[in-house]
Amino acid sequence: MSAIFLLIGASLLVAVGFLALFVWAVRSGQYEDTVTPSMRMVVDDDGAVPGGQHGASVQRKDSSNNLE
Amino acid sequence: MEVEQFSYDNKIVRYFTYATALWGAVGMLVGVIVALQIFIPEANFGISWLTYGRLRPLHTNAVIFAFVGNGIFAGVYYSLQRLCKARMWSDLLSKLHFWGWQLIIVSAAITLPLGYTTSKEYAELEWPIDILIALVWVIFTVNMFGTIFKRRERHMYVAIWFYIATVVTVAMLHIVNSIEFPLSLMKSYPVYAGVQDALVQWWYGHNAVAFFLTTPYLGLMYYFVPKAANRPIFSYRLSIIHFWALIFIYIWAGPHHLLYTSLPDWAQSLGTVFSIMLIAPSWGGMINGLLTLRGAWDRVRTDPILKFFVVAITAYGMATFEGPMLSIKSVNAISHYTSWTIAHVHVGALGWNGLLTFGMLYWMVPRLFKTKLYSVKLANLHFWISTLGIAFYAIPMYFAGWMEGLLWKQFTPEGFLQYPNFLEIVTQIIPMYAIRAFGGALYLSGVFVMAYNLIKTMKSGVAEDNEAAEAPALPKKYHEKEVHPYRHRWLEAKPAQFIVLTFIAVAIGGLIEFIPTFMVKSNVPTIASVRPYTPLELEGRDIYIREGCNNCHSQMIRPFRSETERYGEYSKVGEFVYDHPFLWGSKRTGPDLHRIGGKYPDAWHYQHMEDPRSMSPGSVMPPYPWLLTSKLDTSHTRDKISLMRSLGAPYSDGYEEQAMADLQEQAEGISKGLEEAKIITDWDSEIVALIAYLQRLGTDIKVEGAQAGL
Repeated sequence: MSAIFLLIGASLLVAVGFLALFVWAVRSGQYEDTVTPSMRMVVDDDGAVPGGQHGASVQRKDSSNNLE
Repeated sequence: MEVEQFSYDNKIVRYFTYATALWGAVGMLVGVIVALQIFIPEANFGISWLTYGRLRPLHTNAVIFAFVGNGIFAGVYYSLQRLCKARMWSDLLSKLHFWGWQLIIVSAAITLPLGYTTSKEYAELEWPIDILIALVWVIFTVNMFGTIFKRRERHMYVAIWFYIATVVTVAMLHIVNSIEFPLSLMKSYPVYAGVQDALVQWWYGHNAVAFFLTTPYLGLMYYFVPKAANRPIFSYRLSIIHFWALIFIYIWAGPHHLLYTSLPDWAQSLGTVFSIMLIAPSWGGMINGLLTLRGAWDRVRTDPILKFFVVAITAYGMATFEGPMLSIKSVNAISHYTSWTIAHVHVGALGWNGLLTFGMLYWMVPRLFKTKLYSVKLANLHFWISTLGIAFYAIPMYFAGWMEGLLWKQFTPEGFLQYPNFLEIVTQIIPMYAIRAFGGALYLSGVFVMAYNLIKTMKSGVAEDNEAAEAPALPKKYHEKEVHPYRHRWLEAKPAQFIVLTFIAVAIGGLIEFIPTFMVKSNVPTIASVRPYTPLELEGRDIYIREGCNNCHSQMIRPFRSETERYGEYSKVGEFVYDHPFLWGSKRTGPDLHRIGGKYPDAWHYQHMEDPRSMSPGSVMPPYPWLLTSKLDTSHTRDKISLMRSLGAPYSDGYEEQAMADLQEQAEGISKGLEEAKIITDWDSEIVALIAYLQRLGTDIKVEGAQAGL
């Protein structure tokens, strides 16, 4: 069962890493706004050429999923 | 702020998209083949490298790492660039990643059928390929973090968090589980033995599900579902909370694969507790995904992409409810080793991973080719074919699993096993195996419909390798007050959640550390009569591994009366201390083999391997005639002894010199014994080594019993 120490070590390492990441995320303001990011990714265009035929721009939302 | 012009790398997304569809078809085709072979052994055409034991690992590896793997990369390369408003950090790394990953897949497709395997589930690939996987994964990680660092969007959308958890954790899992000593170019032994190897393997195996099949796909869900539904995720806050909870809890759940085995009880309980806790963050994801469609359900009627997503997320919810249930010991007592597990994983794989991938491909391909989807009708057809395919797959497998679990344990009123002959139960579930194969074939046919539809779509459009985009540069420094004037209000509103989460994370670590510290010493009681394998048995064991016997036979008798009656004394943890790797198995298509040693004469094994049906009429085990004629390769026997000694087997110093003579002596003994049964075989044929190994299995403690006069 001594392998459990390795697993605990590895798991803790990754858990502590994630904890540090979490603390960093909160401190750096990642989660200050929990509304806008979800909206923004929907209305963000997909990098289509502005004015291009298929640019799903903010004004012209592409809601048809390019189906028809 | 200055607006920067840049472009997205669509070419690499396209490549991964092609690979996803191609390997999906290949992996599922192999799946259908093994689904047929499991009840029609002749479907291997008598060719060694087409046998079930070798193809089943190919199927699992192909669908997990080739189909889902390329699906992850296609989706991540598409969404990460757009969420970061940045091109991938390095085109060269992107290319190396793509071609490196395909090279791994091709190596797997060649080496697994040839019998080069470590036997550890979802980690069967041998050490040179393991190293290649680690390298390619590092390339992906560097490329991903490079992109995140040069992003033009301050906030990292929740999908990116899921991607980060994936790359970090998969790297750790792969490396820890692949610590092995090479014997030769294509053979290695894990440093861990027996229960330790089992624990490490299932810590890896379960988290392969968690961090290869779940977290990246949740990330993809958080990108593609809102995009396809054209509305934001139901609750962004929920997505953040369930993300952190999920990754903290998942990593400890592995031992639920080893309930009622020789794994110490405390580790089993730990696995159960964490697995049950997992239901909360898992369902957080499911609820968030489904509720994103609130107000858009009317579109689910007409939009095949949304249909795929809805059923995928529902399947995720079902699988993540069932998983915790299966981790309860009393449920696991019935489900473990049966087809129930197979049904469970396929609801996840076909439903969650498969359908989400299909929906994603239907959404991405028209955009990558600046066109419309060729046929909505065909996409709808694909949806119905694959959904029906899942039903035809899972339902018979559930029934088969329940039958196996219950019939194995059935006693007559007099207290005897109702079905003492294992085969009697196997033959009863053959119809279910047949329906399952049909379900799988149906699902596979859907992939061909999709391929046709997507190829037609591609032909109607023009691929653009570099898609122009523009975004303002990110200010170098982050000014809290300027950007977020309401920081204080936020702090007042939300710190409680984060304190709770932080506490849980820390407490978990503490708990896990303390419990084994106090209890670990008594965990592997040694058994004096357990000796290392003889050189011949060691060679036989490697043949057992090469042929993939562990895919259908367990070597772990659980402490139930139904099992001790059927197989013999339950397995003790001390019996496996020289097992590199452990071969406990996870499925009993055939009976357990841990106490097979001494149960039948050598001649029985010989004839059974030549043609299983000659000894067990109606058996679905394939024949292994090549073992009778192939010469045993003893060129590495001495090295195996040295290597095993360095791993802790107490062979005396210089035993290497003696090993070959011992091997020949034991083999000639078996060969002479066979002669008495009128079977003429060379002492150095592979079958002799395999018989030696099988006859040794589980006999060590019988020696002890004999000495103690029991």
